[in-house]
Amino acid sequence: MSFAALLALEDGRVFRGRGVGTPAERAGEVVFNTGLTGYQEIFSDPSYTGQIVVLTYPQIGNYGVNDEDRESLKPCLEGLVVREFSPIASNRRSQQPADEYLSEAGVPIIDGIDTRALVRHLREHGAMRGVISSLDLDPDSLIQKARTIPNMAGRDLASAVSTKERYEWTDPVPASSPSEHITTAEEKFHVVAYDFGIKHNILRQLRGIGARTTVVPAGTSAADVLSLKPDGVFVSNGPGDPEPLQAQAKNIQGVIGRVPVFGICLGHQVLALASGAKTFKLKFGHHGCNHPVRNELTGKVEITSQNHGFAVDPDSLPSAEIELTHINLNDQTLEGFRSRKDPMFCVQYHPEAAPGPHDSAYLFQEFRELMEGQR
Amino acid sequence: MPKRTDIHKIMIIGSGPIVIGQACEFDYSGTQACKALRDEGYEVVLVNSNPATIMTDPELAEQTYVEPLTVEYLREIIEKERPDALLSTVGGQTGLNASLALADAGILEKFGVEMIGANRDAINKAEDRQQFKAAMTKIGLDTPKSLLVTDLEAGLEFSDEIGYPTILRPSFTLGGSGGGIAYNREEMVELLRIALEISPVHEVLVEESVLGWKEYEMEVLRDVADNCIIICSIENFDPMGVHTGDSITVAPAQTLTDREYQFMRDASLACLREIGVDTGGSNVQFAIDPKTGRQIIIEMNPRVSRSSALASKATGFPIAKIAAKLAVGMRLDEIANDITKKTPACFEPSIDYVVVKVPKWQFEKFPGAEPVLGIQMKSIGEVMAIGSTFKHALWKAIRSLETGRKPGTDVFDPDLVRSRLITPTPERLSYLRYALAQGMTVEEAHDLTKIDPWFLEQLREAIDFQGTLGDDTLETVSDENLRQAKRYGFSDDRLSRLWGVTEAAVREKRKEAGINAVYKRVDTCAAEFESFTPYLYSVYEDECEAEPTERKKVMILGSGPNRIGQGIEFDYCCCHASYALQEMDYESIMVNCNPETVSTDYDTADRLYFEPLTLENVLNIVETEKPDGVIVQFGGQTPLNLSLPLKANGVPIVGTDPESIDLAEDRDRFGRLMEQLDIPQPPGGMATSVEGALEVAQDLGYPVLVRPSYVLGGRAMVICYSAAMIESYMREAVAYSSQDRPILIDRYLENATEVDVDALCDGEDVLIAGIMEHIEEAGIHSGDSSCVLPAMTIGEEQLQTIRDYTVKAAKALNVVGLMNVQYAISADGKVYVIEVNPRASRTVPYVSKATGFPVAKIAVQLMMGRKLADMPELPKGILVPHKVCVKSPVFPFNKFPGVDPILGPEMRSTGEVMGVGETFGEAFSKAQLSAGNPLPDDGALFMSIGAEQKDEAVEIAKKFAAMGFELFGTRGTAERMRAAGLDAKVVFKVNEGRPNVVDLIKDGKVSLIINTPAGASAFEDERAIRRAAAAQVIPCISMLTAGRAAADGIAAKRDQAIQVMSLQELHQG
Ligand SMILES: Nc1ncnc2c1ncn2[C@@H]1O[C@H](COP(=O)(O)OP(=O)(O)O)[C@@H](O)[C@H]1O
Ligand SMILES: Nc1ncnc2c1ncn2[C@@H]1O[C@H](COP(=O)(O)OP(=O)(O)O)[C@@H](O)[C@H]1O
Ligand SMILES: [Mg+2]
Ligand SMILES: [Mg+2]
Repeated sequence: MSFAALLALEDGRVFRGRGVGTPAERAGEVVFNTGLTGYQEIFSDPSYTGQIVVLTYPQIGNYGVNDEDRESLKPCLEGLVVREFSPIASNRRSQQPADEYLSEAGVPIIDGIDTRALVRHLREHGAMRGVISSLDLDPDSLIQKARTIPNMAGRDLASAVSTKERYEWTDPVPASSPSEHITTAEEKFHVVAYDFGIKHNILRQLRGIGARTTVVPAGTSAADVLSLKPDGVFVSNGPGDPEPLQAQAKNIQGVIGRVPVFGICLGHQVLALASGAKTFKLKFGHHGCNHPVRNELTGKVEITSQNHGFAVDPDSLPSAEIELTHINLNDQTLEGFRSRKDPMFCVQYHPEAAPGPHDSAYLFQEFRELMEGQR
Repeated sequence: MPKRTDIHKIMIIGSGPIVIGQACEFDYSGTQACKALRDEGYEVVLVNSNPATIMTDPELAEQTYVEPLTVEYLREIIEKERPDALLSTVGGQTGLNASLALADAGILEKFGVEMIGANRDAINKAEDRQQFKAAMTKIGLDTPKSLLVTDLEAGLEFSDEIGYPTILRPSFTLGGSGGGIAYNREEMVELLRIALEISPVHEVLVEESVLGWKEYEMEVLRDVADNCIIICSIENFDPMGVHTGDSITVAPAQTLTDREYQFMRDASLACLREIGVDTGGSNVQFAIDPKTGRQIIIEMNPRVSRSSALASKATGFPIAKIAAKLAVGMRLDEIANDITKKTPACFEPSIDYVVVKVPKWQFEKFPGAEPVLGIQMKSIGEVMAIGSTFKHALWKAIRSLETGRKPGTDVFDPDLVRSRLITPTPERLSYLRYALAQGMTVEEAHDLTKIDPWFLEQLREAIDFQGTLGDDTLETVSDENLRQAKRYGFSDDRLSRLWGVTEAAVREKRKEAGINAVYKRVDTCAAEFESFTPYLYSVYEDECEAEPTERKKVMILGSGPNRIGQGIEFDYCCCHASYALQEMDYESIMVNCNPETVSTDYDTADRLYFEPLTLENVLNIVETEKPDGVIVQFGGQTPLNLSLPLKANGVPIVGTDPESIDLAEDRDRFGRLMEQLDIPQPPGGMATSVEGALEVAQDLGYPVLVRPSYVLGGRAMVICYSAAMIESYMREAVAYSSQDRPILIDRYLENATEVDVDALCDGEDVLIAGIMEHIEEAGIHSGDSSCVLPAMTIGEEQLQTIRDYTVKAAKALNVVGLMNVQYAISADGKVYVIEVNPRASRTVPYVSKATGFPVAKIAVQLMMGRKLADMPELPKGILVPHKVCVKSPVFPFNKFPGVDPILGPEMRSTGEVMGVGETFGEAFSKAQLSAGNPLPDDGALFMSIGAEQKDEAVEIAKKFAAMGFELFGTRGTAERMRAAGLDAKVVFKVNEGRPNVVDLIKDGKVSLIINTPAGASAFEDERAIRRAAAAQVIPCISMLTAGRAAADGIAAKRDQAIQVMSLQELHQG
């Protein structure tokens, strides 16, 4: 059964479509993702907290959802905009229809939208606030609502989504097929992971290189972290603007140089802040699975999984201590750097994939080697 | 790494004639490769025996050789040209095998030619199924259980062990030729024998069956720095067991989670690296068990393929072009993305639409062939459609097929439903729709077809919605439902039938409701970056990105899917139309739906609309672009059939007026015109009923030639010798005659010489581009007989008559552009006109290559108003080729076992080759060699000739005797040879006893057969002979004229060393 639904943008543009699942209303920053696969990973990626996601691929929900492919315990996005949502889930791994999965979390789905027109609008005018509703169908009131929600710039969402309690993680990456052979090294290291909205596949990958991981709240002090005697510290991905995370950056400053440190996405930005650098907001960000990134150390190109609305200003990094290691070939933005003296490195994109190509998995091995080196 | 500077001259081997499994896609890839390499400053030497290709246009390479793709000839060319490198990966299986053969023969080494793209080891590793399996096992990839066998016993033992069904796959064959599925031991014995025979290395892989598994393809690209990217994933709608070439396929994959997809991606890259394709594109195929998720790798092709052409069109990423640059050492991150300009080619395309490819089959042209789909490809062509959703794209694709069937008018046999769903045939989709409409559940349909439930659900949704619409009428239907219908892909035509109104009425209603097609761009990046390339497809969404320009513009209607009688030749013409328009500073707009072609390369025209060639879709584009003119005479019958309706809708058609086109197709009016011009036609008439037909035939006198009107390629055309034949024909024919037009009946001219003429006309003056003399007599379709330029045996008087008639006809029809006329010169020297086609013909590219004049381009200039008088560069009256050029057809009979390989007025050939020589003999023998039936140098000739031709036969026999051939003949023929003092042995006819002629052939005692048809009585005998000859690959000639040609050819072969000549040299004269 389908019902009317609207997507209203803060600049007054309104898109009419059909609601799928349970009628609801939610607001957030509207961003688009160009990946062809992996909608479940996107739904459950905490980095999408506070955002309405437009998927450019038109057929969504085809293969349902399953427990193995979750990136967190529940859907994190505010709303979903698609061209056509599948009435059935067809895949042997499916455990639940995707719309049901979102509806349970009160996430509205709007389909029948000219998503390409919407994406071109966002490309021209930048990511902006919007509301999806099938409860209130008055465009003007929705536009007003869109204008009242806080801007993404300046928002600390990471602390909000971070775990309140520390917990242990030891699950490995699951095989998707009996024909797939995934190697999981024997448990040898202890990693402490700062949780700014960490994706489970990062934890699975850490297990893959032989690490048991203790996930700690975003605000945990350096001393507390070091008292756990980690072989390495990981700084996670997460939602929102890195700028407000100065305190967290300070904490992490305290562990750099003491143990190997590896950061991903927001973690990369926080490590930049910790190194005294500045971040800035991208017009519409990088959200997809096909961005080429060149590793400046090897000259090789990786096809990467990306999901970020903010970036690090490379010129603000102290070149004496910091070496730029990865560059985005589409727009030349910074994708990774490392410390010249300390065992610390990080990337803006997602080597843990999920969703996306596995080209960058080697970075977890490098983290393992750093930890081995420190032994 | 920047491009290599240690190589300068690169040789490219094309894929030869169009055959099933190897069509225009390799003209597309080869053409891109030529352009790309020359852009980078390399010299290109191109070899391809197929003159109908764009790649063999002299402008595309420094030296272009239309020569046989055999080791001997290629060696000659290499020795003459001394290329530094050979690009082995853009010429399909043919180019790959030829390159490999050159390497194996030590020729590349001898002349210091480096194989680039894929090297010898990589090719062997990928193509040799056993080496491949070993390699995959080494890197931990799962493959089906299999065993490579070279004899029957081993094969039977193994399949008993793994159990039936088993899959048979001969090594080194194209499109799975000779492969098959054995469901039991008995079938195994039969199939394995054939398979062993067909494999050039007599090796067959016996393999575990994974019938019904999900089938996928991945298009992969790799550069010297080992950067690897996936261009596109493709999911087959039809599960394993139906060749991908015969499957409806969908891009991208629809039913894989990211983990499953990435596993397949990892496997593809691992495969590519292990096989060792250093640079370029490859295609990797997988199967997944829907129940367990087991994923096995089926094969990889270390070259660009049919699928990579599809992937290029589906994503906007030009695989062959980039692959060529990678082959000379460039890196993916050094090459720019044509479409976005700003971003590099080193990325993985993302698409925001769905692409569906549907194959086109023509089993009806091969009576006796079972229309069942299996692991060997049978389709003749394909269409692709781009839609906002799967449903939208699927119905668009179905429409693009031009089945001639009206939507919703099919009749189904309820009792056949289950079997039609279980056994894949071209009808399966129709039966699926029917079954679902009858209430079959998706589960049930899945159990029978193994097609993924997601696809079936999409069909069901559309069918259910059609039900809802059925309750409406044009008046009552809501705007919302009407919009939904269009988004689902329902055509106005379909809706009009649903509501019993005219298509125009539906169109009007739509427009009132503001429901119009808008156009989106294929941009490789799902709109993340701006697109600078107008590569467009229609959808029923909100925003239009067409952004038409203010320039003077002309639209070209393409020829749609390849089919027998309408193939690459017409695409060649459409491409030239675009080039010509651009040279004249018009904006060219291409409309076509065939993904194999050069015309649908976004580089060919200024703007590309990838759309079905239906009235609705074309009118929508016209309304958006408002072109100054539309060209309909280059795309074969497809656009011609649209010309009148388009004109009626006020569309400006340039060139010959649609009325004249219609006149030429309309028997009555055309007949009267010919009378006025007193140009004789074979007496004939028309009939719509059996009685009428019999009457007409009576008056004309048998034999007569019958056919439906408005068909190309002599579709459903037969020679009737008796009333009985007419009756049976009429019963079926009515079904054929698509636009319910009448049946045409002509007196059949026996032993007549057929002539094809292509001419250019500006409305006033006429320039004859070529007078082609057919080797086979009238009665063998013009597309199926070899022909020669210039005419060899036609008397000056007849030539003059032909020139006069042609000029008269062209002026009378007010032809502006191209015209093709077919004549038959009866035994008594009288010239009859068989038909006039006021349009580009199949022979235009051949004539252009033979004469060195771009005939199609000139035609466009005329259409745009230039006059022949203003073209001093052109000779007056007629173009003359400098040497002798023979065109020979290529037939797909080997793909249809059990079909009688006999020639007739219905066209059966899929492709053509050209042979160039100083003499007719040389040119003919080259053409035969290229066509795959090389003439023997010596051995024995078997002759069986009808009474009235025996004297002529003896003359030919003498030539062979003089060349030391042993002579055999059936009694009558042999006696005549003896009487003439020749030593000829008598052989039994099949029904006379044993050993008979068939035994003789099977024993390999015969190297050439000349057997002219001796009427109905001898038919069985002749069929047996043709079959045996085909099996033994012995040339079997059915006409004395061809027999004489063979004699000349063999003589030429024997007493002169092989010579090669590039078109550039040829055109110097
Ligand atoms: N083991 C198998 N069981 C069932 N079907 C198979 C098997 N192997 C191949 N096929 C089918 O045969 C087709 C052709 O096989 P493929 O290896 O791709 O040969 P080709 O070189 O002709 O493409 C495939 O597209 C697939 O549908
Ligand atoms: N009256 C005839 N006598 C002998 N052969 C004929 C006659 N009419 C047609 N043919 C043969 O049939 C073939 C197909 O006829 P044609 O009118 O050219 O149909 P199409 O439109 O398919 O080319 C011709 O190429 C010729 O060989
Ligand atoms: Mg294949
Ligand atoms: Mg003809």
